[in-house]
Amino acid sequence: MAVDLAIDRSNGASGADTSRNPAPVQLRNVVRQFGEQRVIDELDLDIAPAEFVALLGASGSGKTTLLRMLAGLDSIDSGQLRVPLARAAVFQEPRLMPWKSAWRNVVLGLRNGAGKRHAEQALTEVGLAHRVTAFPATLSGGEAQRVALARALVREPKLLLLDEPFAALDALTRIRMHQLIIDLWRKHTPAVLLVTHDVDEAILLADRVIVLADGKIADELRIELPRQRSTAQPGFQAIRTRLLRLLGVDATAGHAPQVPLDAEPAHAAAEQRRRFARTSRVFTTE
Amino acid sequence: MTETTLEPLAADAGFLTVNKRPTVQKDSADNRWHIPAFVLRLLSPIALLLLWELASQAGWIPSRVIAAPSQIGGTLWAMIVSGELGKHLWVSLHRALLGLGIGVTIGVVAALVTGLSKRGELILDSPMQMLRTIPSLALVPLFILWFGIGEFTKIALIVTGTTFPVYLNLFSGIRNIDPKLIEAANTLGLNRRELIWHVILPGSLPSFFVGLRYSLGISWLALVFVEQINTTAGIGFLASDARDFMRTDVIVICLLIYSVLGLVIDGIIRTLERYALAWRPTFVRT
Ligand SMILES: Nc1ncnc2c1ncn2[C@@H]1O[C@H](COP(=O)(O)OP(=O)(O)O)[C@@H](O)[C@H]1O
Ligand SMILES: [Mg+2]
Repeated sequence: MAVDLAIDRSNGASGADTSRNPAPVQLRNVVRQFGEQRVIDELDLDIAPAEFVALLGASGSGKTTLLRMLAGLDSIDSGQLRVPLARAAVFQEPRLMPWKSAWRNVVLGLRNGAGKRHAEQALTEVGLAHRVTAFPATLSGGEAQRVALARALVREPKLLLLDEPFAALDALTRIRMHQLIIDLWRKHTPAVLLVTHDVDEAILLADRVIVLADGKIADELRIELPRQRSTAQPGFQAIRTRLLRLLGVDATAGHAPQVPLDAEPAHAAAEQRRRFARTSRVFTTE
Repeated sequence: MTETTLEPLAADAGFLTVNKRPTVQKDSADNRWHIPAFVLRLLSPIALLLLWELASQAGWIPSRVIAAPSQIGGTLWAMIVSGELGKHLWVSLHRALLGLGIGVTIGVVAALVTGLSKRGELILDSPMQMLRTIPSLALVPLFILWFGIGEFTKIALIVTGTTFPVYLNLFSGIRNIDPKLIEAANTLGLNRRELIWHVILPGSLPSFFVGLRYSLGISWLALVFVEQINTTAGIGFLASDARDFMRTDVIVICLLIYSVLGLVIDGIIRTLERYALAWRPTFVRT
C-alpha cells in the first residue's frame, strides 16, 4: 500500500536521522493485559535498523503477545509503540492460502500488483524455483515455511517478525533454515525479531538476545561471537549456560540438556483462545 | 489406480512386502490386454438383470408386481422414439433446475450477507434459522392456498427445499475459515474486499459444494413429490399416470430416469469440484 511508505519514518529521512538512531521499533511502557493478567507489563524495547534480536522466554511469558502487537494483530492497552508499517510476520505454521499456488501466495504479499516474475524471483531466493506453481498441500513443512518467508520478504519489510518459525521443522531442515534466514537477512537487511524457545538457535542467529519474564525484559545479552557461528565456537557454551540460567534452567546439572522451554500444550491452548477471540473480531468490524 | 502386488508370504509373517516393477512407458509393446474397470463394475448389475429377466419369464414375478427388464426396455425404446419421454423429461428437468437455481442463488446471497457482516447476521440469520426447521413439504397446504396448485407452487417448494442446505453450509464455511489465514491476510495488508476475494470466498467454496450436493438431493426429492400433485407433464406425472394403469414398466422407467439424472448431475458437480477445488489434498495428488 502506498500508505505504508508514506507513513514509514524509519528509513525515509536523511542520513542525519539515521545517526540519531531511528530505531524501527520503539516500545515505551507498553502494557497488554488479558483480564486481570498483565501479560506485558510496562515493557521498553528498542530494535535498531537491521538488528537481529532473538526473544527468549518461558512458555506463557508473553512472547507471542509481544510479537502480535508489533505485527499489528493485537492492540496495546497503554504505553507507546512505534513500528514501521512495512513489516511482515512469519509464524510457526506457514499460513499459506491452500487454494493458491506458491507463487500466488507470494504475490498476495505484494500490494502493487507486481506479477509472477517478482514472485518467482522471491521463491528462487529461498531455493524454491522448482516449486513455483505447487499448491501448499504438496509442499513439505520446510518448503511451505520457505514460501512463507518469501511472501514476507517480497514486501521488503523494515521489520521482520518471526514467531518460532522453525519450531515445527525437523532438526536438519532447521539447520538449513538458519543459514537461509541469515542470508536473507543480510541481503534485505530488515530488523528481525525472532521469537524462539531454542537457546542455541538464539545464540546462533541473533545480535542480541532478550529474555522476557513477568511481562518485562528480564535481561538481555549482546552476542559478540563472529558470524558463521557454530555451537562449537569458543564462548558459545558460556553464553548458553548464562542464558539458560536466566531462564531458570541449571545447565550444569547433568549432561547439558536441550530444554524445550515452551511446553506445547500450553502454547496450543493459548493459540486456541486467540483463534476464537480473533474470529469474532474479524467479522464484527465493518 | 496402479496395481501393486502384495504378497504376504507365509515365511514372512509379520511383514508386508511390496514388490513393484518400475512402470516403463512403452506404448502398446508390452501392453497386456486389461479388462477396463467399468466393465468389471457392470458385471454384477448385468447378472442381476439376467436373474430378474429369468424370474419374470418363468412367471415367478408377475408383471403386476414388476415388469420384466425386456418389457421395460421395449417400453423405454417406444417412449424415446415417440418423443414422449423427451417431453416429460424436459419438463421435469426444467422444474428441478429452475427451482434449484433460484434456491441456490437465494442461499448464496443470504449466506454472504450473514457470513460477511455482523449486522447482516443479526438481521437475517434468526429468520433463516427459524424457517429452515420447517420441512418444505409441510408447506404444501399453505402454498396451495396461496399460489394455487400450478407450476408456481411446484417451483416454490423446490426453492424452499434447496435454499437452506446451501445457506447453512456456506454460512458455516465462511465463519469457519481458519482464523490464522485471516490473520495472515491482515499481516499482508489485505483490505476487506481483498480478504473476501482471496481468502473467504475460496476458503468457503468446499462448504458451498457440500451444501450444493444436499440441495441437489433435496431438489430431486421435492421434484418427485410435487410432480405427483396435479400435473399434466413431467416424469412424476408419467409415474402417477402409470400407477393408474398398473404399468409397472413405466414406473420403473421413471425411477430409472430419476436415478440417472441424479447421477449425471452429481457427476457434473464432481467435475466442477475437481476444477474449483483443485488445490485440495485429495485432488492435488491424483
Ligand atoms: N487472547 C487471549 N486471551 C486471554 N489470554 C491470553 C490471550 N492471548 C494470550 N493470553 C495469555 O497471555 C499469556 C502469554 O501468552 P503468549 O504470548 O502466547 O506466551 P508465549 O508465546 O510466550 O508462550 C499466556 O498466559 C496466555 O494464556
Ligand atoms: Mg508463543
